Amino acid sequence: MTKLSFFLGCIAPNRYPGIEASTKKTLNKLGIELEDLEGASCCPAPGVFRSFDKNTWLALASRNITLSEAMGDDILTVCNGCFGSLTDANNVLKEDAELKAEVNKILAQIGKEFKGTQDVRHIVEYLYQEVGPEKIKEAVTNPLDLRVAVHYGCHMVKPSKERHLGSVEKPTFFDELVEATGATSVDYEDKMACCGAGGGARTAVIDTTLKLVDKKLDNMEAANVDCVVDACPFCHLQFDVGQTEIKKKFEKVHGMPVLHYSQLLGLAMGFTPEELGIDQNFVENSKFIERIRGGAK
Amino acid sequence: MSDVIKTSNLDPTFRQEVFEEPGAEKITLCFNCTGCTSGCPMAEQEPEYNIRKFLRMANLGMKDELLNSPYIWYCTTCYKCQERCPQGVQNVDALLKIRTIAVHEGIMLGPHKMVGQIVVKLGHAVPINDDTKEKRKKLGLDEVPPTVHRFPDALDEVKKLMHIVGFDKIVAEEAEK
Repeated sequence: MTKLSFFLGCIAPNRYPGIEASTKKTLNKLGIELEDLEGASCCPAPGVFRSFDKNTWLALASRNITLSEAMGDDILTVCNGCFGSLTDANNVLKEDAELKAEVNKILAQIGKEFKGTQDVRHIVEYLYQEVGPEKIKEAVTNPLDLRVAVHYGCHMVKPSKERHLGSVEKPTFFDELVEATGATSVDYEDKMACCGAGGGARTAVIDTTLKLVDKKLDNMEAANVDCVVDACPFCHLQFDVGQTEIKKKFEKVHGMPVLHYSQLLGLAMGFTPEELGIDQNFVENSKFIERIRGGAK
Repeated sequence: MSDVIKTSNLDPTFRQEVFEEPGAEKITLCFNCTGCTSGCPMAEQEPEYNIRKFLRMANLGMKDELLNSPYIWYCTTCYKCQERCPQGVQNVDALLKIRTIAVHEGIMLGPHKMVGQIVVKLGHAVPINDDTKEKRKKLGLDEVPPTVHRFPDALDEVKKLMHIVGFDKIVAEEAEK
């Protein structure tokens, strides 16, 4: 059984624990053992902390990585932000011996050392590259009859100089994983557009960032989809909580169900929406859940 | 729009500081094709947000004006501009460097400072709350996740690190501009 250390980050465990539960359930079915990365902190959030101070970013990120090094496992993230922050830190410290020595001077004061022995993975690219859509198809017991708007988000594939996951304008790997569940990935306008949350922008200028996600939701609705499937709890929050904010601020109702890929996969593996926390979204989605129960499969 | 830029207000050393970020120095190769700004999802919603203009300002040495612009904080770091730039300008990396310089000059938005303070105190940018504890229980997960939230020694390590690098001072109230 493959083993990975599970890095939770902030938003998954502290706002959308359904993503945490779904990841554990689905990966277990695929023969991947997840061990909690105990004592991990914020990755730290790249747009904010990396913007502010490089040393703070590298100190916190490298500490999180040393926890996985101690376990001897690669890190699994379920969030584009954590993936980006930890991958970039891991790469830069592996490549720059001088910087690594500086960071290790800091880490030594808490009794830790960055060695550079492990890799950082994202659940979607990991499932695609290490498991593959065919094997995932085999694990599906309840094929889903759903029209899905896939949202890659930005930091899973960009910057491409760090990610090396192929096309950033028209990638297909996430769509292939979605279609492995039986669902149809529906093309929509500006599919690769940002949700608006990253870079500290949601924190700084929430109303403007809501205009970005409002436009994305409009485009998804125009394509007549049943739900959006994302790969990042922060995008997830921007889509889900964002809809409640759009309703309040712009008096506009979308009613779009929001699922993380782990939750979509969980449905296809026969878990109930409640077991996957899909009913815990901030936007009311009972019709969607009824439809799943009634056999959107 | 067409205000005169006075050379006496420019800081000729500023761009060298920005160019410390690899790829930022390629700003000098920009020929104004506008591929960056025309595809920018934020510029579409907020025209004052213009990354091409900001990088040009950096190149000219318009330090004070740039660091005090509220719009340098609008970038969502989607990297679309950076991927598309035909001259290989690392736009986003350069803008993040500009933000770093601003922060170290004591210029920081209140909401960002607050998030920083939360991380200094709790080790998470988005900490647990009662609503999520309930949700976790319903899912069969432990009420408190196995992060710094559950392990006080781990949180102490994080606090110590942030003290060593001086982040606690950067986001402290008295540092407010």
